Amino acid sequence: MKEQEIRGLVADVKEGTLSRRSFMQKMAAVGIAAPLATQILIWNDVAMANATLQYKPTKAGGGGPLKMLLWQAPTLLNPHFASGTKDQIASRIFYEPLAGWDKEGNLFPQLAAEIPSKANGGLSADGKTVTWKLKQGVKWHDGKPLTADDAVFTWEYAADPATAAYTTGSYKDITVEKVDTHTFKVIFKEATPFWADPFVGVAGMIIPKHLFGEYKGAKSREAPANLKPVGTGPYKFAEFKPGDILTGERNADYHVKNQPHFDTIEVKGGGDAVSAARAVLQTGEYDYAWNLQVEDEVLKRMETGGRGKISAVPSGDIEFIILNTTDPWTEVDGERSSVKTKHPTLTDPAVRQAINLLIDRDSIQKFIYGRGGTATASFVNEPKQFKSTKLKYEFNIEKANKILDDAGWKKGSDGIREKDGKKLKYVYQTSINAPRQKTQAIIKQACQRAGIDLELKSVTASVFFSSDVANPDTYTKLYTDMEMYTTTQPQPDPERFLNQFTSWEIATKENKWLGRNVSRYSDPAADEAYKAAQKELDPAKRAAYLIKVNEIFCEANVILPILSRTRIAASLNNLSHDHSGWDVDSWNIAAWYRS
Amino acid sequence: MAGSTLASPSADPAAGAAVSQVSVSPGRETWRRFRRHRLAMASTFVLGLLVLGVIVGPWLWPVAINDIDFSAQLQGPSWAHPLGTDDLGQDILARMMYGGRISLAVGLAAMIVATIVGVLIGALAGMSRKYADPILMWVTDLFLSLPQLPLLLLIIYLFREQLKAVFGVEGGVFVLIVVVIGGLRWMPVARLVRAQFLSLREKEFVEAARAQGATKMRQMFRHILPNAVGPVIVASTIEVSSAIIAESTLSFLGLGFPPDIPTWGRLLFDAKDQLDTAPHWALFPGAAIFLTVLSINFIGDGLRDALDPRRVI
Amino acid sequence: MATYLIRRLLIAIPSLLGISVILFTILALAPGDPFSEMATNPNVPPEVREALRASFGLNDPIMVRYLRWLSNMAQGDWGFSFASRINVDDLILQRLPTTLFVVGSSQILALCVALPVGIYAATRPYSVFDQIANTLAFVGFSLPTFFTGLLFILIFSVTLDWFPFVYRSDIAATGWRWYWEMFRQAIMPITVLGLFQAASYTRYVRSAVLDVIRLDYVTTARAKGLSERRVTIRHITRNALIPVVTLVALQMPAVFGGALVTEQIFRVPGIGSLLIDAILANDTPVIMAVTFVFSCLVVLFNLIADILYGWLDPRISFS
Repeated sequence: MKEQEIRGLVADVKEGTLSRRSFMQKMAAVGIAAPLATQILIWNDVAMANATLQYKPTKAGGGGPLKMLLWQAPTLLNPHFASGTKDQIASRIFYEPLAGWDKEGNLFPQLAAEIPSKANGGLSADGKTVTWKLKQGVKWHDGKPLTADDAVFTWEYAADPATAAYTTGSYKDITVEKVDTHTFKVIFKEATPFWADPFVGVAGMIIPKHLFGEYKGAKSREAPANLKPVGTGPYKFAEFKPGDILTGERNADYHVKNQPHFDTIEVKGGGDAVSAARAVLQTGEYDYAWNLQVEDEVLKRMETGGRGKISAVPSGDIEFIILNTTDPWTEVDGERSSVKTKHPTLTDPAVRQAINLLIDRDSIQKFIYGRGGTATASFVNEPKQFKSTKLKYEFNIEKANKILDDAGWKKGSDGIREKDGKKLKYVYQTSINAPRQKTQAIIKQACQRAGIDLELKSVTASVFFSSDVANPDTYTKLYTDMEMYTTTQPQPDPERFLNQFTSWEIATKENKWLGRNVSRYSDPAADEAYKAAQKELDPAKRAAYLIKVNEIFCEANVILPILSRTRIAASLNNLSHDHSGWDVDSWNIAAWYRS
Repeated sequence: MAGSTLASPSADPAAGAAVSQVSVSPGRETWRRFRRHRLAMASTFVLGLLVLGVIVGPWLWPVAINDIDFSAQLQGPSWAHPLGTDDLGQDILARMMYGGRISLAVGLAAMIVATIVGVLIGALAGMSRKYADPILMWVTDLFLSLPQLPLLLLIIYLFREQLKAVFGVEGGVFVLIVVVIGGLRWMPVARLVRAQFLSLREKEFVEAARAQGATKMRQMFRHILPNAVGPVIVASTIEVSSAIIAESTLSFLGLGFPPDIPTWGRLLFDAKDQLDTAPHWALFPGAAIFLTVLSINFIGDGLRDALDPRRVI
Repeated sequence: MATYLIRRLLIAIPSLLGISVILFTILALAPGDPFSEMATNPNVPPEVREALRASFGLNDPIMVRYLRWLSNMAQGDWGFSFASRINVDDLILQRLPTTLFVVGSSQILALCVALPVGIYAATRPYSVFDQIANTLAFVGFSLPTFFTGLLFILIFSVTLDWFPFVYRSDIAATGWRWYWEMFRQAIMPITVLGLFQAASYTRYVRSAVLDVIRLDYVTTARAKGLSERRVTIRHITRNALIPVVTLVALQMPAVFGGALVTEQIFRVPGIGSLLIDAILANDTPVIMAVTFVFSCLVVLFNLIADILYGWLDPRISFS
């Protein structure tokens, strides 16, 4: 669909001749997913859609207890220290941001009176200023009113490097100014196309100035409210045992009419994903279980009991393989896989292309992940407007063999191909996780048939994903030929996510392997497109730039995407819940109810 | 009461043999007595079969262990797959025979390491009346309190590459696992042996040996150890099963064999989520571990009875 | 005896210090760092990770960190958890009652099964009872607890729907109902753990009793006309108890340390699961505190076992 046509449709929506829904459907038909479509509409001053869950109860309370099971237990309740999703889910029960993301990628106001747009004066034409209006009459759990001071304080708190907040990336480069008691401005240094980051979603939860005011910076860890949250959310804090159980009770003064439905909430943690699914689907001990990274066959069997159901929502997370084009087995200046080296065999594009042909993505999806992922050849898949339509995948052992034959790789006596004494033998590393080990087995077998020998290696997740400088097995060190993992895309916008394809983010010894570009591959064209996208305010042009970055890496067969992951949750049949791939599962917990 | 014991036990096999008219060596005497122990003999046979199965089996049943067949997922036993298939359609019989070599070798080797280290340290501490005892017990306490997981991660990180370079992928991991499992599990044996020694070294028959001028070493190995062997045999047989299971735990930490090597413990672990629909997957490796443990235990019992001259067989 | 006790306790102090140095070094050298979850998150800039490392003192040399830990510990400050950002002693105290209850009960259960079964089996070696007891014991320790635990859940929770399998530390009910709920949720973890332990205890008890049952003094006791019951309890069991005491002393620290696998399966909020979570999150202060308390208990129970040996067999002396 051409830019011009999109503009025409937007005009139709504005005039009311085309419904929002039809617009979304037309966009989806040409591969533009809801979140981007929504962004297009906001940019053009069309109001946002409503919540995706219809709330039916006619009074607050009376729903009894809501019991959630997280197989990773929350360990802390300060949203700006929340290191993992488990903590973010727990703090979101008590704290709220200005707006959250629903499962279609719509921005949904929570503490904001409305979503800023150009029409309501919220967005400036230069793309540098966003003006937010707070909802009137919102009270903290201790009865004090919520004001713009709290929002300004939240920025000061998170932006202060001494606080060491995990959310600091969203706040450190902006300034926030109070306009009046319920209005404030967010000012960006540059024109920022994706402005819905500070005060929005996971990183955006607002904390009360009157309780955290004294504990900014280095004293942040001493705040009593770190363990006894006082927020604006639908449930008030009751008790917390880190790593075990969290309880809350209904906030009678909640700012949304008739919400919440449940009288108490309980979040129990610990155990493993399979038994969490069992406790919901088979025994019904719990109402809701989150992030079920379990083979789909097992889940389907549990569902046949008829007590509960599985729901899957799209997310931007991607399971993929990196082929290392630097040499992981030679040390140069104290580091292996240095950009100064070349991999003896993987620098041959034919070999990389052959390996890409040996990944049976359809079987991996069908027999291992099921509803947990969709086979893909594109690194960015959601929101759909950022997905490349050009990239295709194929599983073809004969073709791979032919490519390798043509490139001069001949099978030796042991069945392994070689050229000039260099053999196609690789170490293929990933973290320990049952579906990943099965994926490894499937790929290894296919490679064997094409004369490529893979040695499988699995590293315990706590080591693999650590940033420990001394350890050779971390994923950023890439001391291996092939590596597989999932990387998360936290917002429904891939700009920051795609910085892992830029040359200045390459992980090296110099930056203590903290750089985001783990593949070490770079291309000036990708750098250029990325920089252009950072400044481009027009959503359609910007998407085109970002798609180009994605395509450069995938077409070079350095990044081999496997599956676009979904987020899977289990719930009892009578529970109406609302989880989103762009926000934490409890983002709209006020609207959950039991029928 | 122990103190009122009238006669001292003379458990020295040499002494037992000397009494009999026909002169037979202690070893042969033990073997003669062992052969009379029917369960022990049957167990030796079963264990022999298991060992033979994992060594010769792969030639008789030449199915690849990693042949993925999605059309045959989780099938029960059939002619094509005598022990059924797992969730990738791989043949469980072939996998069990391949993995069994490792499981049996790890189980037995780790048992031997743990027993030898434990008996040595326990015996030295139990015989010592001066400094050796507190020092060795300090070492035992230290090993008992080591947090195993971080320690294992450290060991693997420090030594895996070096061992891999010397012994190859599987050989290096094997040495590492045997050392790790054996090295972290000798402490109960040491404590048990020491406790037995503390009690036995005061008994009359040891005093008699001492009076006859037996050296400390001779007292230890000829007189006390054979009498302390009961708990050692139990401990080392239990060790076999825990080593087989511990190996699978290690591979889940990324410390064990590469993930595609189907050891028995690993098969059992992989099978657990499908326990309700595909019980055969768990049943066969479970039964193999059980049979191994059972036969080793009965062999242990037979040995014990054969070594104890007071037992009439 | 008193001087012996005092001497042993005095020796315990340097030996615990030595153990703590080694533990601390291992934890400091072990791979992984506490802020790994941030690593995959593109929103967290690397500077924040560095700042956090610095603020928790992770960039100091090991010796400095150890001395800081030691001096804090001497003042009763157990440290501050990286992952939960609260004091470590609070965390441990929250978990302690549940751990003592579940693991302690399972130990008692194990002894209650193992002692009578082991002794009875040994007095009638190779009888039908002995054979059955042995076979069950072999099954018991051939099957890992992750497996038996799952089997229990499938049978008693999923199929029969008798017991819940998620352990809750805060049962809302009061009075009898509380005890009933507690019983229902604790029975599966206690049984799984207790039977696993009982299996190996039974084998040890049987073997130890077999060792003494044919000794001359037992025959003498029988010849004196003592009842079989009295012979078994007073004469056989007491002398056979030395290995059992050793094993129980080895297991007692675990009552504090928890049982990792079983706690995970049944979601028992015990110290074992605290430790494993801390290890996976590389939360060193928590790991250090738990393992250090554990090693104190190891040393203490070793001492208690030594004293009990002397009581069980008066010829053992430690002068």
